[in-house]
Order: sequence, then structure tokens, then C-alpha cells
Amino acid sequence: MKTDATPLLEADNLAVQIGERWICCDLSMRLMPGERLVLIGPNGAGKTTLLHTLAGLREAQRGAVRLQGRPLADWPGRELAQCRGVQPQSQPDWFAATVMETALVGRHPHLGRWAWESGDDVRIAHEALICMGLDHMGERNILTLSGGERQRLAIASLLAQQPDLYLLDEPLSHLDLHYQVAVLAHFSALAQGGAGVVMVLHDLNLAARFADHVVLLDGGGKMVCGTADEVLQADVLSAAFGHPLRRHVIEGQVAFLLE
Amino acid sequence: MRTKALPISPGAAVHPRAAAPFSGDTRAVMMARAQHNRMFARKSAFLTLVGLLLASVCTFLLALRAGSLDAAWGDVFAVLGGQVDGTLGVVIRELRLPRAVAAFTSGGLLALSGALMQVLLRNPLADPYVLGISGGAAVGALSAILLGAATWLIDGAAFAGAALAMLVVFGLSRGDGSWTQTRLLLTGVIVAAGCGAVVVFMLVMATDTRIQSMLFWLTGDVSGASRPWPALAVLVAGLLATLPFARDLNVLARGELSARALGVRTKRLRLLVYLLASLLTATAVTLVGLVGFVGLIVPHLVRLATGNDQRILLPASALAGGAMLTLADTAARTLVAPIQLPVGVLTAMIGVPVFLFLLVRHPR
Repeated sequence: MKTDATPLLEADNLAVQIGERWICCDLSMRLMPGERLVLIGPNGAGKTTLLHTLAGLREAQRGAVRLQGRPLADWPGRELAQCRGVQPQSQPDWFAATVMETALVGRHPHLGRWAWESGDDVRIAHEALICMGLDHMGERNILTLSGGERQRLAIASLLAQQPDLYLLDEPLSHLDLHYQVAVLAHFSALAQGGAGVVMVLHDLNLAARFADHVVLLDGGGKMVCGTADEVLQADVLSAAFGHPLRRHVIEGQVAFLLE
Repeated sequence: MRTKALPISPGAAVHPRAAAPFSGDTRAVMMARAQHNRMFARKSAFLTLVGLLLASVCTFLLALRAGSLDAAWGDVFAVLGGQVDGTLGVVIRELRLPRAVAAFTSGGLLALSGALMQVLLRNPLADPYVLGISGGAAVGALSAILLGAATWLIDGAAFAGAALAMLVVFGLSRGDGSWTQTRLLLTGVIVAAGCGAVVVFMLVMATDTRIQSMLFWLTGDVSGASRPWPALAVLVAGLLATLPFARDLNVLARGELSARALGVRTKRLRLLVYLLASLLTATAVTLVGLVGFVGLIVPHLVRLATGNDQRILLPASALAGGAMLTLADTAARTLVAPIQLPVGVLTAMIGVPVFLFLLVRHPR
């Protein structure tokens, strides 16, 4: 990790609260371009809230978040959306639209107020659909898609946004095994190209394989933060998830097994 | 605009069960097809818009020609050219023209407001009346009719009632600062229900002579609208005001969180849409009373034809709503002449079967 460059995302003494409950009290972290941070923790621990705080969709109680060295509050909305993209947890669709139209929504921050999507924007959206294996159904109505296809479309829409920092809230929900690995591999490739990735994951084995840094929220306001090897230890995880786990290294890969 | 290429690794993301990995050629063809499809969709949407504009002009001319006094197209164009001859000329200019403008304007206002409400509440079943504005206007107008007030006072009371209902719903639903559409919808529905009860109470208390005009107001009636020009100005201004935000509304329709993540200032946008839709509705009900179904059905019909892109949907809804209500009002005063039907009855009688037919044909 280079230390002289500006971190892509940086949090200083961040404290986040939902209602009366503290999610984390003193989170300090830096994410350099090319790195992947995974947020893990039991249900209701506040992973989504922390992700939203890091994305600038929610204000922190204390501390600061900086994107490319500039505090999130100082970013104008449109510029911020060009630089960081968020894939929210899957939500229902209210209106019919085609797959291509939905992918093109990701181009919104790159278009001027009166501009229409150009052929270039369609090309970018189509490439994003190719990445998610949806390019053959560009004219399909999104209300007819399966849950997994819908999730891949949400990711394609984010890819069409082409930000420098990707924030993903449970990107693997509804995905089959093939696409779980394909999606994580794709974002790893983007990271190798200089992007930053922050994602909420539930699968500890995939986290061990695709994370550079891990933040573990234990649901009780405590937090463990460090490299993947430091945080993903059997005793730490067993305590946080309330279920005994055993860590094995099989052919060089870390795997967690339930007791 | 940045257009850096995405790293596409062939076969990495494509599912093994999908077709064999595409060669470069196939990929280029599919890309070209995607771009072609997109341009074609936009072109056909624009053509729909032009078609609706033509249809609006035609229905407008028809409304000037049709009626108990026979007119030729020549008479209609003569009056539009400023040449008013005899009784027929006066009838066309003083009766049919303001009435046609009133019908077109109120139809356009209601359809535009309905389309905005559906995005604001993210509910395809929302209509301009769902937030209680119509209820407030009805209470105001019926009170004025009950007291035997003059026409302009009835209009004023209707607008005041609409504005009051809007403020009450807005104030209550904002409450603690959270402004979810569920809360907004619930508050609006409750206020509307309360107003409905007051309306029934007033109908029961009214004398027979007043009941007729109260019922006409409640079902919507264009015949009394003699000064429609300010309302037309509101329609044009309202439509122009939505156009800079139309793409933002597309993003908002995907969900509030997604919209914020894409840089849309949703709080400001939703407030703007709410105020604008309320103003449009208040203007329409002040002009013609409670004409039903236009605000619900027209945006749906347009959506089936052009898709849900608000940049097309909003102007197309305004045109289609105007044309539909002009046509309905022309039918309302000529079908069983000399009896004039309230236009709201006709819009419901036409709108409901058409809507059900389309719903059955398009299961989605």
C-alpha cells in the first residue's frame, strides 16, 4: 500500500448512530485506489447504515468522511455521483421500463440538464449489460425479470455510472453461485484497474477470498477493523455471530466451517 | 463526459448455460442493434408526441364546429381569423371557444398533475385527487353554492378550499420532518375522506334548487367556465416548469435512495413536484369541478404508448388529457342535445371500459 498518494476514501474517528443505538464509535480507515473493503456483521448490526454514511447519503454523528481528500459534505451532488456509485439493497420496481432504460439511469450524473442519452451512453450501458450477462434482453420489461436478473441489472446500472468508488449493499443477494463469483471477480478486476470497492457481504468464505480490508460490526456497538487476515479469525467471528466457527486453510484458501 | 471503457472479460460473467461466448463480430452487431433500438424508441416517442399535438388541434376544431347550430369548417376558420359574422360567429367565439379552451385546459391540467402524483407517490394508482385537494375544493365550492354565492365566488371558494386542504395535508404529513410517501398518501386519503363526509352533509342540507348545481360541480362540468385563459397559462407554465426536472423524475421513479445516490436533490424535487401538482389540480377543479378519471387514466394510456420517460410522458399526458376532455365535452353537449351531460360522467363512461380493456390486453 502506497502511503504518499491521496486515499480514495478516508474516515476519521467516525461515529454513527441509529436512534439511540451506536453502530460504531471511533472508526478510522483509509481505502486506497485498488483496494476492496468488506463490511460484515450479524443482521441489524448497522452495515447498511455505515455504508450509507461512507457514501454520503447520511450524516455521521461525529467524525469526517473524505472522498479523494475532500469532505463528503463539500461535494456537489452531481459531481459526487460521478465519483462514487452506490448499489442499494434490492428494492421493488413501481413502473415498467426496459432493461436498457434501467441501465441507462446510471448515466444520469454524466448528462447535462437538457442532454439526452447519446449513442456513447447506450454503448456504455450495453457494455455494462454484457458484463452482467444481460445484453441479450435489453428490450425486456424489468417487471418480468427474475430476482437474480433484477439484481444483476442493478449492478449493471451501477457499472454504467462508471464511478471511481463502488459501494455495494449485499451485491450477491438472489444471485446463483456462478454470478456470485463472477460479480466479485468483476469488481476485483475494476479494483485492479484503480477503482475502490466497499461492499457488504454475508458469505465469510467469499469475504476471505475477495477482501483486502474487513470491518466487522458485532451488533453491540463494538467494531473490529483491519486487514482480512486480522479480522477473519475464528474466535472474533464466533463471538460476533454468536455461533462457533472453525477456520481452515484448504489448498491455500481460507474456509470457515460451522461447528 | 467520461467514457472510459469497462474491462469486459469474455466468458467471465457470461453464464455457462447461456449461449456460447460471443465473437467480436456478433458483439459489434448486438451493440449496433442496442443503439438502433434506443434511437428508434426515442423517435417513435417523439412521433407519438407530434401525433397527440395534431389530435389536440383536430379535437379543438371539432369542438368549435359541432353543436346545435350547424357550422361549416369555413365558419370556424373565419372566427379563428378574427372575422365574427352573425349569430353563428358569436356562438362560436363567445360560447364554444371558451368552452373548448376550458375543456382542453382542465384535461391537460388533470392529466399532468396525475402523472406527477404517480411519480411523487411512486404509485401507478395515484391520481390528482388522492391527496385531498379535490375534497377541500368541493367543500369550498359547495359551501358557496349553498349560500347562493355568485359564480366567481364559487370559483374563489373552490380554490381557497383546495389550497387549505393542500396546506393541511402538507403540514400534517411533514410532522417530524420525515416525509415518506406512505405518510403523505395516508394523510391525503384521510383528509379526502373527511371532506367527503362534509360534502354529503351539505348535500343532505341543501334545498332542491341548489342540489342540481352542486351535483354538476361534483361530477365536473365545463359549461360554466367562461374565463379559461388564466388556467391555460397555468398549464403552459406548469408544463414548462417540469421539463428541466423531467430526467430527475425518471431517477426518482426508481426509488428515493437510488435517486439520492445519483445526485438528485430529492427533498427539493419532491417538494417542488408536490406544490406544482397541487397547484395544477386546484386550478383544474376551480375551472370545471371534479372531472374524474382523466388524471388517472390518461397518464396510464400514454405510458402504454410511450413508456415511462417523463421527458415524453409529461407533455404527452398534458396533450392527451386536453384532447380527451375536449372530445368528451363535445360529446357531452351534442349526444343527447338539447340536454347537456356533465362531462365527468362521460369521461368515466368512456374511460373505465377503455382502461379495463387495456389492462386485460397488457397484463403487466
